[in-house]
Amino acid sequence: MTTFTKATAVSAIALGLAIAAPAGAQTLDVAWSQDATGLDPHTQTAFASIRLLELLYEPLVRLGPNLELQPAVAESWEFSDDATTLTFTLDADAVFHDGTPVTAADVKASFERILDEETAAAARANYTSITGIETPDDRTVVFMLDGPNVPILNGMASINAAVVSAAAIEAGTVGTEVMGSGPFTLAERTPNANARLAAFADWHGGDIAYDEISVSVLPDETAILASLRAGQADFALMTDPLVATLVTGAPGLDLLTAPTLSYHVLQLNASRAPMDQLAVRQAISCAIDRQDILDGALLGEGEVTGPLTSPAYRNDPASLFCYEQDQDRARELLAEAGFADGFEASILAANGEPPTAIAEAQLIQSQLAEVGIDLEIETQEMNVYIDRWLAGDFDMAVALNGGRVDPYTMYNRYWTEAGNLQGVSNYIDDTLDRLMEQGRVETDEDARKETFAEFERHIAEMSPWVWLFTGYTYTAQTEAVEGFEPTPTGSLFGLVDVTLAE
Amino acid sequence: MGYVLNRIALFPLVMLGVSVFVFVAIRLVPGDAITAMLGTEGGMLTPAQRETLTAYFGMDQNWFVQYGRWLAGLLQGDLGVSVTYGQPVLEIILDRFPLTLELAFLSMFIAIAIGLPVGIYAAINADRPSDLIVRVFAMIGQSTPNFVVALLAIYVLSVGFGVLPQMGRFVPFFDDPIGNLAQLILPAVALGTAFAAAVTRIARAAMLDVLSEDYVRTARSQGYSQSYVIWRHALPNALIPVVTLSGVEFGYLLGGAVIVEQIFALPGLGRVVLDAILQRDYALMQGVVLFIAFNFLVVNLLVDLAYAALDPRIRYGAK
Repeated sequence: MTTFTKATAVSAIALGLAIAAPAGAQTLDVAWSQDATGLDPHTQTAFASIRLLELLYEPLVRLGPNLELQPAVAESWEFSDDATTLTFTLDADAVFHDGTPVTAADVKASFERILDEETAAAARANYTSITGIETPDDRTVVFMLDGPNVPILNGMASINAAVVSAAAIEAGTVGTEVMGSGPFTLAERTPNANARLAAFADWHGGDIAYDEISVSVLPDETAILASLRAGQADFALMTDPLVATLVTGAPGLDLLTAPTLSYHVLQLNASRAPMDQLAVRQAISCAIDRQDILDGALLGEGEVTGPLTSPAYRNDPASLFCYEQDQDRARELLAEAGFADGFEASILAANGEPPTAIAEAQLIQSQLAEVGIDLEIETQEMNVYIDRWLAGDFDMAVALNGGRVDPYTMYNRYWTEAGNLQGVSNYIDDTLDRLMEQGRVETDEDARKETFAEFERHIAEMSPWVWLFTGYTYTAQTEAVEGFEPTPTGSLFGLVDVTLAE
Repeated sequence: MGYVLNRIALFPLVMLGVSVFVFVAIRLVPGDAITAMLGTEGGMLTPAQRETLTAYFGMDQNWFVQYGRWLAGLLQGDLGVSVTYGQPVLEIILDRFPLTLELAFLSMFIAIAIGLPVGIYAAINADRPSDLIVRVFAMIGQSTPNFVVALLAIYVLSVGFGVLPQMGRFVPFFDDPIGNLAQLILPAVALGTAFAAAVTRIARAAMLDVLSEDYVRTARSQGYSQSYVIWRHALPNALIPVVTLSGVEFGYLLGGAVIVEQIFALPGLGRVVLDAILQRDYALMQGVVLFIAFNFLVVNLLVDLAYAALDPRIRYGAK
């Protein structure tokens, strides 16, 4: 094509590109593929919802880029010596979007709302050890706990524990109108299409260097890449490593990654034969080449991991049981369990969730076939997968499970006697239960780390699940964008620090 | 006239059938609105919390009661409220429909503007090299999925030229006609390509058929010019299968183009249906499918009427 016709084509299309933006206002154009499923910070658990809500609402504390606790609505906090009460002092400058100050009464009302079963907040399970909330003055909130509970503080660093206005709770408008104290106000939103977030001038966290964020929901990640290339989007959140890695080859674009807390895992159902036998589970663990699956399914975009994924608790996985593939040992263990000729089983995988799930299942299938285990892959739509997963209705399952900063908050649902998801993990023993309880009450940091390291060694050896690897979170940006720091939680809160070159 | 009235009288019956089918089908799909909203976190709910949500999503009643309530609402013109959008279903549909309608018209325009002349041209030049080329391209066009065309277009424009139609912020036609057309031209081409190829093939085959008819030969033997014979005698009859095909395709397009809307991030009916299914938003799903079915019925009726207009021999209802 000649330069002239090329230029004509470009300007013809460019004609259609202009969108209404206030004159002189600086806008950060953001694209992501999935939109929030709702606006109630207490009840929305989907990753996509949290990405939006954490720009609008604030919890008492939040996690920084290195997962360190940072002030949010609270400027400081303190445990009592026995870790049974937790006291927060609120930032005097924190105000809701309507200008009213955030007070202790708002915090109390928010937690009471979360704990009220009528609210149906799934995150309630993380805060049930709260037995009382006192508000000695407008800026002080004291949480009384039913026993020592160190992990609850990290658990509060979640948008599911956001402070909403007591007046909004009273009026019943939480979830329909956004009244947070976060860095942005929701100027307009069309679900599954777009949203406009205006920088909140009175935000107590400081000034934002631009005027607004314009979010476009582009369901297809290839289209997201195209819109970055065409300069329509300045910043994008991506989830598919196969598309995200193409960003690095595109001129003028940067790809930022951070290792995630969430982990890819092969879940074995220890309540079903023959996975009820330790030797069989161990054989499966030994037969798996984790790095090979990581390379094959995620293009090597990630790191082999043990059960603990939080940087502060992570150990070298090489020391864990059978982290080096050992097919001979796998065959021996199978023979020992009476399955010298292998066996047949099925493996459940969700279609497209994560995008690499089917590829992972296929690689696991081929690796286990080498020791005689014949796997049939059952591919299901996400909702169906989740229903079966929650019911524990599978022999094996490929999963990408969410991680937390604190190992107790991350795993008590699975690996304690009373865990809400015992029906999913289908395995518990006294050692796991004891170590988790120890991790909950222990206040000394080093002792906690040792407790969880022991937990990790034990569970890797019992192999109820075969932990595989962690992937990366991906954000892509144009060269004009500076100052964003990616985090292992995938949070986009770092957008408050972004500056835009003219 | 009696035929039309008969057909219209049948509408409610067909719609009732569709409504029952949609109502049951979406509920037979495993997974519910709670799972769709909470994912695996749904496992953290207490029984009391689950009950609250079940009531919130209206799943606490048995199917008959749910259907009865919905039908009663429907008869009063109330399609219910979408739980995911927090908006009345009818409002969402009316909001999305203009885009889908416009996209369907544009695609059909592209398909007929290209397919009809090319098809006729190929028929007149049957078995010559030009006909062969047309047939090969028509075959390729028809067998290329629309999303491939869509992705190719996006790739070529963004990588080769660094431009793209604005995605994610749809501009309605009456707000900004040029901006609107710039957004819709690529999706329309993506949808229209296979459609145009189909029209080409049908038009060619129909034209060939008609050209071998006695009355065309008679007309030619009377010394009329080639163009007069084609335009006056052959074309009207060759049009009948083209109208049928276009009508059916148009009806499908009115149901929304799920994948193409997804790729270009267009807020049309196709995406609403997909989102509604994924989120198990029963009211929205039922309302939109019913609306699509209604459109389909209307389009089919119009196609039948067009038949009668094109060929007076077709007299519906006449004994």
